[in-house]
Amino acid sequence: MATTPKPQETAKIDHRPPLFEKGWMDKPAEIRPGIYCYGSKPKNLEYVGMPYPKDWNPEDEDWQLPENWKEIIEEGFKDRLDRFRSLKVFMDICVRCGACADKCHFFIGSGDPKNMPVLRAELLRSVYRKKFTTGGKLLGKFGGGRDLTEDVLKEWWYYLYQCSECRRCSVFCPYGIDTAEVTILGRELTNLLGLNIDWIAAPVANCYRTGNHLGIQPHAYKDMLDFFTDEIEDITGLRMEQDMNRKGAEILFVTPSGDVFADPGTYTCMGYMMLFHYLKSIGLDITWSTYASEGGNFGYFTSHEMAKRLNAKMYAEAKRLGVKWILGGECGHMWRVLNQYMDTFNGPPDFLEEPVSPLTGTKFENAKTTKMVHLVEFTADLIKNNKLKLDTSRNDNLKVTFHDSCNTSRGMGFLEEPRYVIKSVCNHFYEMPPETIREQTFCCGSGSGSGLNAGEDMELRMRGGLPRANAVKYVHEKHGVNMLACICAIDRAVLPNLMDYWVPGVQVTGVHEMVANALVFEGEQKRTTNLRGEPLPGMEDEEDV
Amino acid sequence: MSLKNLLSEKRSSIIKRWQDAIVSSYPKDSRGFLKRTKSQFANPVGCIITKEIETLYDEVIKGDNADKISSCLDTIIRIRAVQDFTPSQAVAFVLQLKDIIREELGNNHSPDMDAFDKQVDEILLMAFDVYSKCRQKIYEIRVREVKNQVGKLLERANLIVEIPEQAPGLRDDNAKTSL
Repeated sequence: MATTPKPQETAKIDHRPPLFEKGWMDKPAEIRPGIYCYGSKPKNLEYVGMPYPKDWNPEDEDWQLPENWKEIIEEGFKDRLDRFRSLKVFMDICVRCGACADKCHFFIGSGDPKNMPVLRAELLRSVYRKKFTTGGKLLGKFGGGRDLTEDVLKEWWYYLYQCSECRRCSVFCPYGIDTAEVTILGRELTNLLGLNIDWIAAPVANCYRTGNHLGIQPHAYKDMLDFFTDEIEDITGLRMEQDMNRKGAEILFVTPSGDVFADPGTYTCMGYMMLFHYLKSIGLDITWSTYASEGGNFGYFTSHEMAKRLNAKMYAEAKRLGVKWILGGECGHMWRVLNQYMDTFNGPPDFLEEPVSPLTGTKFENAKTTKMVHLVEFTADLIKNNKLKLDTSRNDNLKVTFHDSCNTSRGMGFLEEPRYVIKSVCNHFYEMPPETIREQTFCCGSGSGSGLNAGEDMELRMRGGLPRANAVKYVHEKHGVNMLACICAIDRAVLPNLMDYWVPGVQVTGVHEMVANALVFEGEQKRTTNLRGEPLPGMEDEEDV
Repeated sequence: MSLKNLLSEKRSSIIKRWQDAIVSSYPKDSRGFLKRTKSQFANPVGCIITKEIETLYDEVIKGDNADKISSCLDTIIRIRAVQDFTPSQAVAFVLQLKDIIREELGNNHSPDMDAFDKQVDEILLMAFDVYSKCRQKIYEIRVREVKNQVGKLLERANLIVEIPEQAPGLRDDNAKTSL
């Protein structure tokens, strides 16, 4: 039965017809510090040949647009409507049912309606209608169309770079509209005018030149692995040297460079090294590369063409070294690009072979065309075939929950393998509520160029990550969860700060850090600490700790 | 009837108005979602406002547990400190309680009411502290992130070596050594 409004509610009814009220179309975006990332620096665009490099500040009135900027965007839009059937369909078929509206973590955390996926897409769709549809041309605003103006362009930039392309909204769309794809193509348009954020542009230039997003040069990359070798030796008494750039190895290992330099990813990196050493004696023939030293594909946040260029580097290195197949570390968007785009970008890599685990004989048929296997899947197969001796009690101080990274869960349906590995190396595992995990997982709030771990947009990151943190808080309070596991380097970089703000007392780990803690080596010294140098459960009083 | 009794009697309608007032500080198109979506995971902001305002009101009436009041304020303001609010907008909801109570009880001047107003003013000051603490945390996180990104990299690339915490010749009374 309908509820009757109370007098004070009826008194609030606005009698002005909505037509005369300022709607979202007439309210220009207010570009706020803390929410946007710094604009792309000219040198980073120049290096990869992107158009219109300039020194610019998004808060400036003048964005130094070329005179024919409108023409460039409209041409670019038309070109993409022709090339991408998906864009054309997504522009036309939305019925504005609102199913996606409240599914975006940025909307949930900010309450800003322009972060509703439907409205974010509508920012572009309104221009599309006015320019490319008869209805929009004739009816203008009444047909949901509007002209492309500088204010509209600024609004695009502000909101398109607040989307983390996580695709949670697409899970709920009855038509299957993928708003992330609208964002991706919208960002391509802003890039036609040199309008990117520097936290994407700089990593793109660095990946293109040096091979990884920070520009770590080969000798420094090797130094860092040597540093970890020393650390591992202190903990286990065993020297676990790794092969670098070794031609003729069977497998090339590629991982996000974040694992090599940023805590707590570094412990995950030590985990990889320990696992490879463990498997060496039973037949693993693997090499790292200082050139394919980045799994993450920052080109994907710029344009399809740039994603293709960076993805190609990984395969070029595999060809140079003459390996049979590629093993990939715990990364997010590397896997989305690989699973959804690699085949048509740069495939098929016929110089590689269909991956087969040298240790179990398992054929990874899912990787038949890309020739690249996820390390967590590889490890799950090892555990399933009893190839690893594990002491799970070493992780008994951990109460673990798992954050599904958007790219691996929604981007490639990778849901069971990480859980299987975690449960095989830890005794205490607790799931977050069902509506916040697996396909419905909430983004970390910093993925895909909506800030990444840039510092200047910390407010955006904190509010975007609120729904995720809120679910972690629930299991933290209910089960005493103190460790948030994930399989993405951006997660490992940003979640510790998110936890610090919303759920102090919860730390963040990669899955292979826990695997390595549990791994029992032949001839190792008595292990008293974990990879972080903290005492293992029951070893708190040991002298070496 | 004493003010305390009146406030208890009108509890539910005052709380409802107070919750509505906070929700009204958000853009119009978002208010429906904040009010109507009941799942604490789908709508953390709306659910936290609903729950914490209720607890906060009861604590304000009781008035004897500053920690609990501060904790409620923290839960609400921690969110508003990272949303599109100016500092004053982020904490203004505390002051709104005065108006709401007058609207509910009538504008009767009484010593009890004066005392209550003073209590609300004190809570506003607490809210200011909480807001500042949250913003401080944001800046602290930013600084630490930059330090970790750069510092660790230099150290691991063997470009710098920090003074170890335990080293031969490092004496506790080092600080007292005159230069």
